[in-house]
Amino acid sequence: MLEDKDRIFQNLYGFGDWRLEGARSRGLWDGTKGLIEKGKDWIINEMKASGLRGRGGAGFPTGLKWSFMPKPDAARPSYLVVNADESEPGTCKDREIMRNDPHMLIEGCLIASFAMGAHACYIYIRGEYVLEADRLDAAIEEAYEANLVGPTNVHGYPFHIYVHRGAGAYICGEETALLESLEGKKGMPRLKPPFPANMGLYGNPTTVNNVESIAVAPTILRRGAAWFAGFGAKNNSGTKLFCISGHVNKPCNVEEAMSVPFRELIDRHCGGIRGGWDNLLAVIPGGSSVPCVPADQIIDAPMDFDTLRNLKSGLGTAAVIVMDKSTDIVRAIARISYFYKHESCGQCTPCREGTGWMWRVMNRMAEGRAQKREIDMLLEVTTQIEGHTICALGDAAAWPVQGLIRHFRPEIEKRIDSYMANPHPEPIRVAAE
Amino acid sequence: MTKIVVDGVEVDVPADYTLLQACEAAGAEIPRFCFHERLSIAGNCRMCLVELKGAPKPVASCAWGVKDCRPGPNGELPTVVTKSPMVKKARNGVMEFLLINHPLDCPICDQGGECDLQDQAMAFGVAGSRFHENKRAVEDKYIGPLVRTSMNRCIHCTRCVRFTAEVAGTGDMGAIGRGEDMEITTYLETSLGSELQANIADLCPVGALLPKPYPFKARPWELTKTETVDVMDALGSAIRVDSRGKEVVRILPRVNDAVNEEWISDKTRHMADGLKSQRLDRPYVRRNGRLAPATWGEAFAAIATKVKAAKLERIGAIAGDLVAVEEMFALQQLLAKLGVKNLDCRQDGTVLHPRFGRASYIFNPTVAGIEEADSLWIIGSNPRKESPVLNARIRKRWLRGNFPINVIGEHADLTYATTYHGAGTDTLSDFAGRAEVTGERPLVLVGQGALTRGDGAAVLAQVVKLAQGLGAIKEGWNGLAVLHTAAARVGGLDLGFVPGEGGLTAHQMAAAGALDVLFLLGADEIDVAPGAFVVYQGSHGDRGAHRADVILPGSAYTEKPGLYVNTEGRVQRGDRAAFPPGDAREDWAILRALSDVLGAKLPFDSHRALREALVAAHPHFGELDAIAAGETSGLGELAEIGGTLDKAPFVSPISDFYLTNPIARASAVMAECSALHANRLRQPLAAE
Repeated sequence: MLEDKDRIFQNLYGFGDWRLEGARSRGLWDGTKGLIEKGKDWIINEMKASGLRGRGGAGFPTGLKWSFMPKPDAARPSYLVVNADESEPGTCKDREIMRNDPHMLIEGCLIASFAMGAHACYIYIRGEYVLEADRLDAAIEEAYEANLVGPTNVHGYPFHIYVHRGAGAYICGEETALLESLEGKKGMPRLKPPFPANMGLYGNPTTVNNVESIAVAPTILRRGAAWFAGFGAKNNSGTKLFCISGHVNKPCNVEEAMSVPFRELIDRHCGGIRGGWDNLLAVIPGGSSVPCVPADQIIDAPMDFDTLRNLKSGLGTAAVIVMDKSTDIVRAIARISYFYKHESCGQCTPCREGTGWMWRVMNRMAEGRAQKREIDMLLEVTTQIEGHTICALGDAAAWPVQGLIRHFRPEIEKRIDSYMANPHPEPIRVAAE
Repeated sequence: MTKIVVDGVEVDVPADYTLLQACEAAGAEIPRFCFHERLSIAGNCRMCLVELKGAPKPVASCAWGVKDCRPGPNGELPTVVTKSPMVKKARNGVMEFLLINHPLDCPICDQGGECDLQDQAMAFGVAGSRFHENKRAVEDKYIGPLVRTSMNRCIHCTRCVRFTAEVAGTGDMGAIGRGEDMEITTYLETSLGSELQANIADLCPVGALLPKPYPFKARPWELTKTETVDVMDALGSAIRVDSRGKEVVRILPRVNDAVNEEWISDKTRHMADGLKSQRLDRPYVRRNGRLAPATWGEAFAAIATKVKAAKLERIGAIAGDLVAVEEMFALQQLLAKLGVKNLDCRQDGTVLHPRFGRASYIFNPTVAGIEEADSLWIIGSNPRKESPVLNARIRKRWLRGNFPINVIGEHADLTYATTYHGAGTDTLSDFAGRAEVTGERPLVLVGQGALTRGDGAAVLAQVVKLAQGLGAIKEGWNGLAVLHTAAARVGGLDLGFVPGEGGLTAHQMAAAGALDVLFLLGADEIDVAPGAFVVYQGSHGDRGAHRADVILPGSAYTEKPGLYVNTEGRVQRGDRAAFPPGDAREDWAILRALSDVLGAKLPFDSHRALREALVAAHPHFGELDAIAAGETSGLGELAEIGGTLDKAPFVSPISDFYLTNPIARASAVMAECSALHANRLRQPLAAE
């Protein structure tokens, strides 16, 4: 278990002061100049050595990502864009960071920007995060006033930081759609290649990072890569914010070491599963877009990228959605399908047409109003979407359904059987006719 | 060059090729919907997915560059497979998704027979559907009088959106909503504002956007297709005329990269209904102040009487804007035989004249050359109205960047950013006086708005001076570009269809009391003062016919073979798609018959003989699709022409783009467009 002294997020719950004074008392903005004076290469190497993997869901090594940025060029300025468009159902870690410790993010922005030669940083914050955006704005103002950031700041590195509020589209959390939205266009993902590191914001080199990835950077640099790498299993190092929701006794956000066993995570921080461990049905371990994992497989699994990938799921954003046996799992996944149908941007054919199709079939299956052969058809439809789209929303829409069919096919079949055996007394209503 | 293996075939392609191009180079067929050669890459239909060895997922070949492919682990060439089960499954899947919400209304869809979706569903799809939910329904949108929408059929390829944003430059179209609720529309369903809007119906790979004036008329396979050239403006766009029996049903663009790429203007396309109305289908002779039907013999006799009674210097002829070179040549020969010196092909009164050499009246840099230019001056022209397709070419160059565009004349919205310097001759002579060499290839575009004025010659001299000052006229690059508005003009000037020694110009001929007999060969854009006996030969009952005393019914450009020379000086051949109505005849044949009656028989009995005689007299007409380069030596002399400059601002000769010639004025569709456009100019946009 992670000890209190090793927690990066000291004010995760907002018990302390979120303002600059409070942040300083927690050690933020301490020796930032010294870190910058150690140079870019040191920072990037230290980040690589720490083994930090991107906290936005894909788990791409952060230090490596930073190293992709080309050399500074006056004609093509580099940008850091922070993805604070946290919209994945179940995920609420960035919200707590920005609400309760905004200076952590700002300091991280400065250091990350310095490491990749960016003099401007944009924080694209989810529009619904009103309080968080206000706090962030206020914190940035404080930082400007204290001359921590700005054109002639105390750190000797000219740096500007801006907050941009999104308008409420899940797809704008996809990095290229985020850049489009930031440029004032419709939030639709761009084709890759070229990757943002070459052609990002306004056609210039850009790195897009998750809030948590940026926010942990100063502490990692201050305490050393070895310290951070000391947590968790190989290739899954560090500490991580877990957002545990659903049928646990005390849902919470908590910082834990990576690879903490699921049982320990729940028992220690959430007061156990509602109704006891035998009542656990399944867990969605990384936000709504990853497949669910049934109880027997997850209970003793370490929560990290590689283990969960081997369970054909993923750590994602570490938004652990716990479902006990009272859950109508088919309906739950049907609701997730609706979310993806609603949030598909409509650009590529498979996702635009396929998400609606999946949702409609899932809806019928939730009632049992389907044929058993449609289960295989649905599975095939998901594979026709997965991997055939520009961005990963198609995959994200397909995976929960795949997970459901993989683990809970008998449940769907039972539903169909019972519907067949006991037809609904009322005529089936068909929408919009 | 980069090597790549496609389906086992090794090809060597340029590094900037996409996989789709490389696959085509290797002979593999790749289905596609959103990809279009002349638009930006969207990569959203996902139909062109191919398997790239080493990539975890199938890649969109339209968007993936050859240079983005990595070699194999042992340095093998990148390998693309277009026929693997993975690719087949991907195509089947995408096709199935496209069809689940596409209505099964092919039997009543006008796109049937030329529908990409239909064709590709047959080639790459599966036979059945597994989709048993309700299909999506989308309301049809109003987007103007030229494009009919049937939005249920839309597959969201966004070609129309990209066309209006990139080529047309008006950005009228866009998508609202997201996911499966995404709908293609214009802002608040306003009508499109581009002169190139009808091209989106061609671009649409399905039947969502269709030509509105052509509803439920014909199936493509029952039409006779004739490749010819357009005469609605001086660009000479390559077109295909589709006809059924006598009727021209529709006009489509053909690809000609040198001229129109693959766009045509709305006027070129949709004045087709004008070919059917207001037609002159029999000769008329004015008796007691009223035009009365007559026979050919009566009409010729009436002309012969008047011609024989008139003195030679009181006879004249004006050739119009839509006539072919052969007719002008025949008329010129006839006039020469008679000894008449009053002839002119410049009914708009432009000062361009063959005596300064061909370089003084053609678009010397060529249309394709616009893309090589590095700066542009537009003088007295509104290319958007005078030649919308050429304007799109300017925009294309401008989009590439580093292309300053300076305007002297009308301050109009040309769909690209310009630097506006002034309205008239003051500005022009100021710049002409102090022009400095800028860049390698400056282009000076001068329109008829600057040249048809009383001081046209002096203006032209200033323009040439400006071009010389900018270094636009030199070895290997002549940047002096005259933009004509009439399809027949350059051909006429090439022929020397201008007043002989002591002869009168068109405007002088039309003046009161100047002539006794005036022959109008399709000349409708000139007001002939009362007095003269006017013979009008043409296809439509328009201004010229109203003034005429004898009407000889000729044929429209779709009804005769003929040569046209476009504004670049490119000789192009038009062909016959239909026959002229009633008693109307091909124009050269009428002139040949008339010459017999006038006692000056022309020495050719067939169109072929006429064309041979023409080529013998002017060899460059024999070189089809080629441009005989203009001799620049006369330009120096031209620049020295003095004359006082009028301070009036330059005004484009085209006040209404949709109604510039008799055919367009006979078209109900063009009339609707014109009214709508006038309305748009009058009213500010609602709801803002």
